[in-house]
Amino acid sequence: MAQYQWPEASKRKLIGKSMNRVDGPAKASGRAKYTYDIVRPNMLYGDSVKCPYAHARVKSIDTSAAEKMPGVKAVHVIHGPDDGAKGEVFWAGTDIVAVAAVDEPTARDAVRAIKVEYEQLPHLVENDKEPNLAEAEKSEWYKVASKENVGDAASAFQQSEVTHEGYYGQPVITHCCLETHGSIAEWPDPDHLFLHISTQNVPGIGEQVAKAIDLPASNVHVHQDHVGGGFGSKLGLDPWGVAAAQLSKKAGGAPVKMMLDRATELETAGCRPSAYARVKVGAKKDGTLLAWQSYSWGSGGPGGGGSLALPYVWKVPNQQKQHVNVVNNIGPARAWRAPNHPQMCLITMGALDDLAAKLNMDTFDFVKKNIDLLDPRSKVYSEELDVADKLMQWKSRWHPRGDKAAGPVKQGLGLALHTWGGRGHNSKCDLSIHPDGSVEIKMGTQDIGTGTRTSILTVAADTLGLPINAINLQIGDNQYPPDSASGGSSTIGGVSSSTFRAASDARDQLFAKVAPALNAQPGDLEAIDGHVRVASNPSRSLSWKEACSKLGTQTLTVRGTNPGEGDLTNSGVGGVQMADVSVDTETGIVKVNKIVAVQDCGLVISPKQAESQVLGAMIMGVSYALYEEKVMDQTTGVMLNTNMDTYRLAGLGDVGELVVHLMTGPGYDEKGVIGIGEPPTVSPGAAISNAVANAIGVRVPHLPLTPERVLEALEKSPSEGGRA
Amino acid sequence: MSDQDVPNESGISRRKFLKISALTTSAPLVLGPTVLHVAGEDVHVFGPGKVPVALNVNGKRLTANLEPRVTLLDALREKFEVTGPKRVCDRGACGACTVLLDNKAVYACSILAIEAQQKPIITTEGLAAQGQLHPVSAAFVDNDAQQCGFCTPGFVMATKAFVDKHPTATREEIARGLGGNFCRCGTYDGIKGAVAQLSKGGQQKGGA
Repeated sequence: MAQYQWPEASKRKLIGKSMNRVDGPAKASGRAKYTYDIVRPNMLYGDSVKCPYAHARVKSIDTSAAEKMPGVKAVHVIHGPDDGAKGEVFWAGTDIVAVAAVDEPTARDAVRAIKVEYEQLPHLVENDKEPNLAEAEKSEWYKVASKENVGDAASAFQQSEVTHEGYYGQPVITHCCLETHGSIAEWPDPDHLFLHISTQNVPGIGEQVAKAIDLPASNVHVHQDHVGGGFGSKLGLDPWGVAAAQLSKKAGGAPVKMMLDRATELETAGCRPSAYARVKVGAKKDGTLLAWQSYSWGSGGPGGGGSLALPYVWKVPNQQKQHVNVVNNIGPARAWRAPNHPQMCLITMGALDDLAAKLNMDTFDFVKKNIDLLDPRSKVYSEELDVADKLMQWKSRWHPRGDKAAGPVKQGLGLALHTWGGRGHNSKCDLSIHPDGSVEIKMGTQDIGTGTRTSILTVAADTLGLPINAINLQIGDNQYPPDSASGGSSTIGGVSSSTFRAASDARDQLFAKVAPALNAQPGDLEAIDGHVRVASNPSRSLSWKEACSKLGTQTLTVRGTNPGEGDLTNSGVGGVQMADVSVDTETGIVKVNKIVAVQDCGLVISPKQAESQVLGAMIMGVSYALYEEKVMDQTTGVMLNTNMDTYRLAGLGDVGELVVHLMTGPGYDEKGVIGIGEPPTVSPGAAISNAVANAIGVRVPHLPLTPERVLEALEKSPSEGGRA
Repeated sequence: MSDQDVPNESGISRRKFLKISALTTSAPLVLGPTVLHVAGEDVHVFGPGKVPVALNVNGKRLTANLEPRVTLLDALREKFEVTGPKRVCDRGACGACTVLLDNKAVYACSILAIEAQQKPIITTEGLAAQGQLHPVSAAFVDNDAQQCGFCTPGFVMATKAFVDKHPTATREEIARGLGGNFCRCGTYDGIKGAVAQLSKGGQQKGGA
């Protein structure tokens, strides 16, 4: 039987080789179909009444006028006076009533004809106000989430020769998936629901919908070929997904397409929690880090969940820390690529960078000095720092705080480091070899843009000695063997492992059938270059097609699973990033010149797509570091920047030069496959913020680093950094 | 959809449209335009009911009865199932709906279907025959300039229009010329690579 060990470097034909993504042509020719693109026969269009208040109670609903409108086929109350806590609504944009009509304009007109009476309740949408701890312990708005001490922080601060106190934070941002959340629901018969849904969770979402509408999970069929972005926001069930199913039922089973409009998408379908902290850190004069103290707070959405594990990555020997969750009405918190890590990284690396500046140390040297506190990844970080140094020429280019060059434009360097888990999730893969030589894989997974299709095919083709296009891959359907949701960088480890086990077993079973024809033992055979042959005597060989004909009339189908025998996937990576910025001290505009990302992710299956993940993460990082913020109106409690003209993303000209270095080869490959989607999104905010501080000599405490905030920070410290 | 006759007048200017907007409440409910004399000019008034519209999309004549308020983007997507152009911001901010109208890159969300009549419209699907890949699309694939791919068709069309006009663009020109499209996954580095490949002669090489 197979040993389930990734092939060593010399034996990898496709694994680790750069190749184009297999669904690239479909996407680049506009032929890839997303949920939003699908038009079903006799399809109806859904829309909904949204609550205009951040905190309110639904008192009454009158749908009579809408129900009489020509073209309106179904009306469904999602959140009535008796739903939840007496109709209480916790954020603006909450769906109240859904309608389905023959076209979008009619659905919109119907929504306008529905009358809802609300009782407004007090709301809280403040983002950054520091909660008073004594009041927090009594307040409904604030929940003390954690108090923790490590060592003896008070004594350690007394021993510290240099201390620094600072304030750091970043606001709530929104996912802004380009394909909004939504689905198309239809009932082929009264007992079966068919869903096209924009999701990161093809194998699991059907069960969630089934539970919500009291249907056996086996009666819900889910299909999705492509999804237009998720980033953590499309893992679970949403009210509008259930509403589409209910509307379709009321409309006699006709398909109902219910996709969010852009404003609702930004307002309700993605809220990365905010995080703010007052931090005190202390060290000896030689840079030895001794003590950490933090008082942190951040939004946890209406549920008030979440917490910050500070300090991030660093095992500071003495710590005293408290965290308060703010229960607010900004919107429901959703996972956002590496949940909590970018926030924790900004707070930690910002404070340590400021401490290093106060010690008159290069942050690079400060990190190296304290590298043992980065256990268990001290060695990885140390190696990565050296690689990054070469790529950025950090040591030769670094200058102390405050660029002394003449003129208003100041240049600076900043660095940060991060970690993530990324172990492969549970996965099942069915691989079939047909007697005619054709090969087929079915897996209930999804490709959320990370290159999952390409990686599955790479592993299978490498193992079977075939070209990638010789294998037919089917994913995106919950009737295939279940994989798991694509979240937390778990997909690549899961799908590559289950595929490898399936392909290895299938190959070995094929060898058993073929061996007599080659007058050999199965263990003597190898599958390579479209042939099955005797490894020690390649002239004794059959073409793949001839070999498969030995199966007779029986198609060989093998299931591979993860987890399973053999260590194919692993957890725990390290990454270092360095940023080079220019700041115009007259306008406050920050320009990213260059970012270097050095990243470990174990054995790399598809390097081109892995690099794209890192590049995308760096670009997303520039975006949240410089531009992104969910701006809330304190009086009305609604989000103000609900479209892409005002919720600004980084554009092509904003991102500077990007350099990616993946740590591969001995010492890294043998770890097995580890996910890479999350980790590189963690450091950019901190690295850019630190680079700005290095350039202008003062810390801009809040992300995003807008011109207004940069100028404000400069105004507060006119002696440093210097307005020209 | 039908092959009903369409108005000879191909489109209307924004200025005329504004005048019409003020008049729609008094305009009669008929198919085809009514000609009104406004501010010394003849103005074709469409709607407010459905009017026959004919579009020339990827070399095919497509017809439908549409309300005049229907955008080119919604007509393409909902009536003709041409779904390469995506509806993302629906207000000319993100570029995901970019198509070529008369060989010029335009946001299909910001043009009315009735305005786009009798001018050739090209979407990503129409750049090359089914099963073939246009050099611009191929350059996107070669440079992995797509992840989720939702912004890609718009970016491909913006890039096509851009490289046609600027075959050897500088970095600054690329940043400005392709600054009208947003990607959320962060594929800009690949897109820059695609433009570089095209400006090195990828256009002439053809195919994937």
